[in-house]
Formats: sequence, structure tokens, C-alpha cells
Amino acid sequence: MIGRLWAIAFNTFREAVRDRVLYNLILFALLIVGASVLFGQISLDINRIVLINLGLTAISMFGIVIAIFIGIGLVSKEIEKRTLYTVLAARPVRRWEFIAGKFLGLVMTLTVNALLMSVGFFAAVLYVSHGLGRGDLSLVTAIYFILLEFVLITALALLFSTFSTPIFSSIFAFAIFAVGTFAEDMRGFAQMAQGVTRWVMTGAAYLVPNFASLNVIGQVAHNTRIEPKLILLNTLYVFVYTAAVLTASVWIFERRNLK
Amino acid sequence: MKQSGGLTSDIILARTMNAIEIQGLEKSYRTGFFKNKLKQGLLPLSLEVEEGEVFGYLGPNGAGKTTTLKLLLGLVFPSGGTAKILGRELGDIAVKRQIGFLPEQPYFYDHLTPLELLDYYARLSGVESRERRRKVERALARVGMSNSGKTQLRKFSKGMLQRVGIAQAIVHDPKLVLLDEPMSGLDPIGRREVRDLVQELNEEGKTIFFSTHILSDAETLCDRVAVLNKGELKGVGVVADLVREVSGEVEVVWNGAQAIAQLSALGARCHSTGDVVRAILPERSLDAALEILRKNQARLTSVTPVRATLEDYFLARIGETKPKEVNA
Repeated sequence: MIGRLWAIAFNTFREAVRDRVLYNLILFALLIVGASVLFGQISLDINRIVLINLGLTAISMFGIVIAIFIGIGLVSKEIEKRTLYTVLAARPVRRWEFIAGKFLGLVMTLTVNALLMSVGFFAAVLYVSHGLGRGDLSLVTAIYFILLEFVLITALALLFSTFSTPIFSSIFAFAIFAVGTFAEDMRGFAQMAQGVTRWVMTGAAYLVPNFASLNVIGQVAHNTRIEPKLILLNTLYVFVYTAAVLTASVWIFERRNLK
Repeated sequence: MKQSGGLTSDIILARTMNAIEIQGLEKSYRTGFFKNKLKQGLLPLSLEVEEGEVFGYLGPNGAGKTTTLKLLLGLVFPSGGTAKILGRELGDIAVKRQIGFLPEQPYFYDHLTPLELLDYYARLSGVESRERRRKVERALARVGMSNSGKTQLRKFSKGMLQRVGIAQAIVHDPKLVLLDEPMSGLDPIGRREVRDLVQELNEEGKTIFFSTHILSDAETLCDRVAVLNKGELKGVGVVADLVREVSGEVEVVWNGAQAIAQLSALGARCHSTGDVVRAILPERSLDAALEILRKNQARLTSVTPVRATLEDYFLARIGETKPKEVNA
């Protein structure tokens, strides 16, 4: 089982690399170098804040876009091109193994992409700050949260891919990401509502993925400490939410006729 | 069948003789905007394919051949009925190690080279790492692609992809090979090579089940055939018996065009090429035809009974008639 999962995951990773997905690194490098040089002219503190905001947001956005655009095709593209037939028809591969393998492959791609970006990002921070301190460890936490974002959005894109067309899947995935970034606000609004509306809004607010709590870019840019409790809670939250989404994906995919 | 000790062992023997056993397998789809219409993709089908035979599954496009294969391989779920592959129920994942499958018009991960693709499939099939390289290279050699192993599949022609498709179906040395239109997209040389390969695989003891609408391939390769039309099984037969049947017609060939009109009046279908005339006529009219040719001093070349072809059987089963030759 592990061998099959790894084979499917590695094939997904290799496909992304050969389809030149990692070319986004060039764009990222240009952005970071440009920002370092440009903001190097401004005062040191503002320069650093802008660079951290820009760098981490870029790492997050590049990854989210890749996760959605590849994630929505993970299953539907395989069905459309019928590459899935030779995997599921005559190989001892269970459908859940296929889903899990594709998921792991894309998460692996995003992680490698984000780590390579992070190397460039830290180099830029080092360049403008003339050194790295203990406080910069919070930058690592922010990048870890970005990776958690990728895990969550990949699972959601994969879920849509099991039952919908790529166009609708991309709309759903971007919409749910946009709504999820306001999850905290939604919870606040729900508290202000009354009666049934309050229950419905509260339910919706807790159902959408909470991308807001994974975004600590503003805090780390201003050197605000990230509580270890938040790291633990976010990790648990993403683990449970992703497991639920993947279970739903498998449940749908197991019942689907591959015409 | 070998004689055995008793009824039970006979049943066991009979069971182990079948590579595929299908009992009342059927598939219907809901169609329409509200999914309120029922379309029958495959009517209840019962069929047995013996181990070690080459079995042709014939039918026009849309007959339900691919649906049957997808049902057997678990890609779509049956609306009713059961089936066993190599003695195991549908859905038993373990049996898939013993199955090779070539889909119709295959499309593969085109970012991979044939070596990488076959290695991937061999891994998924559970081929041990120490054997994998050898099996991959052997499968590529068998389809004549040893020299193209390191070229990305996106640069391949349709015919080359078909060869890679066949290689992936046999890379893990399966007992049962299911081929959906294996000759599709191949030039005459490629078709000949695939025919040879199918025969070779069969000689190794593998069971071959292949769907096709190219009847000459089926006639050359198959021990038995089944004919399917509009989702319904129309007949199953042993190819050797089907083509041995005499059709009740004779073919007369002679030189000289002078007797064509008189033979046509006897009900003969005549076709002339240069000075040579070929006529198909009912056996009962043979004496009269020979008399006409003698009177016209035509030079008789041959008189041969017309034997049935697989095409005749096929067309008769699907309720079509063969186009008649035009009188010259």
C-alpha cells in the first residue's frame, strides 16, 4: 500500500515539475529582488515590514493559485484523459489510495515550491536586516501556517475535482478560499444576529475552512509573538478538517461510475 | 475435458477452467436533465471465457463492448448480475495483479517516457524492484519500442502510443489480458505485429479477451467469438466451425465476358476484372451455368464452394445483410 501511495504521489509531483509549475519561482525571485532593492531605499524598519508582508503573501498566493489550478484537475483530468483507467482498472489500486496519493503528490509539490521560495525570502530578509535574530523564528511559524493553508486548499480542490468540472471546481475553490479568509469576521457577525439567523450563520461560519486563523503575516511582520497554543490548535484543526474533506472525496469517488 | 473422480471434482475443474464467468451482468444509466430516463447500456449478459483461449468480443460501435470491459474491471458498477474473473468475484482487488488491460484509444501520462511509465505501472502492480527493470525492458522489446524508451510520450504518434499501451498491459506478466480495440490506430505492419504478439502471448498460456469491430483480425486470431449489438448478446461460436459452414453457394471463375448476361439471368452475382469473370451463384444453378459456359466456349478456371466468413456470421447476428456485388 505504501509503495502504491508513494508511486502515485511521486508521479503527481513529477508531472507538476515537468509541466513547469516551478517556473513560478522565477517570478517570485524577481519580485523579492525587486522589492529588496526598491524598499532598500526607505528606512530600515518599514523596509523590513514591507518585505515580510510582500514575501510571505507572495509565497501564500503563488501556492494557493497552484494548489487550486492543479488540485481541480487531479481527478477530473485523469477521468477526461482516461489515464485513470490504466491505474484503477488493472492494477491492485484502491480508489482511496488513488485519492490519497494524488493529494500527497500535490502537497509535496507545494511544499518543495514553498521551501525554495522561503530560501529566497530569508536571503532577502537577511539582506535588508543585515542579520537574523531569534525573533525571526516567527517567520518560520508563518511559513508553517502557509503550508497548512496549502494542505487545506489542496484537499478542498481535490474534493471538487471528484464530482465537478474544472471550471466549476476552480470557482468553488476560489470562492471557499475567499470566504474562509473572513471566517473570523463571519463568526463575529453570527454573534450579533438573532434567532434562527444566528444559528444558521454560526453553523456556516464554523463550517467554512478558517483560513483567517492561518494568516499571521501581519503579526510576524510587526514582531508579534505567535503563541504555541495557536500552532497546536491550527495543526489539529487542519488535520481534522483535511481528514474530513478527504473522507468526503473518497466517499464520492468510491461511488462514481468512470464512464 | 479430463475425466475426474466425481461430480464435485468435475465442478471444481470446470470452474477453474474459466478465466471469465459472467452471469446476468447488466448496466443501465440514468439520463436526461432530471436523470429520469433509463438507458440500457448492457442487457443481462451471460458469458464464459475459458482459460487459455483467445476470445473475440465483436460488435459495431456503441454495441456495449467497452461497457462490458468497464464492468469487469470495476470502472463502472453493474445494475445487476455477477461476474468472476480468474475465479474471484468482481471488486476483488487482489485479482488485478493477474490482469492486463489496454483501453480503447489509450492516453497516458505524456510527461513520462515509456521506461518511466512502465516502471510506474509495474510498481502499482506490485512487481518486485529487482525484477522491474528486466520486465519493463522486455515488455518494450516485445512491442518493438526498445529504442524509444527514453523519449517523452507527448512526442509519440497514435500508433506508437498504442504499442506502449500494449506494453503496459503485459509488463507485469498477467494471466488474463483484456484488449479494447487493440488494432485501432495501427498501420498494416503494426496490426500484423500485434496479431503476432497476441498469438505469442496465447502460446505462453495467457487468456486473451479482446473487443474489436475488425472482423478479419478476429477471424485470424480467435478461438471463439461473441457478437454483441445494441447491448445484447446475439451469439457465441467457435470460429473454426463458423467459417467451415458451407453457404449453399458456389464461386465460378472463367475467362471471357461473353456469358455474363446469361449467368446473371440464373441469379448469379458477377464481377469482372479484365478478361476474368467471377460469379457467385446458388449451388442448384451450377449445372445450368456450366452448360452455358460450355456453349459459349468460355475457358473455365475454377469452381469452388463458398464458405461462410466471420463477417457473414456477424452480419447475420446483428440483423444486417452483406452488400451484394454489383452485376458487371
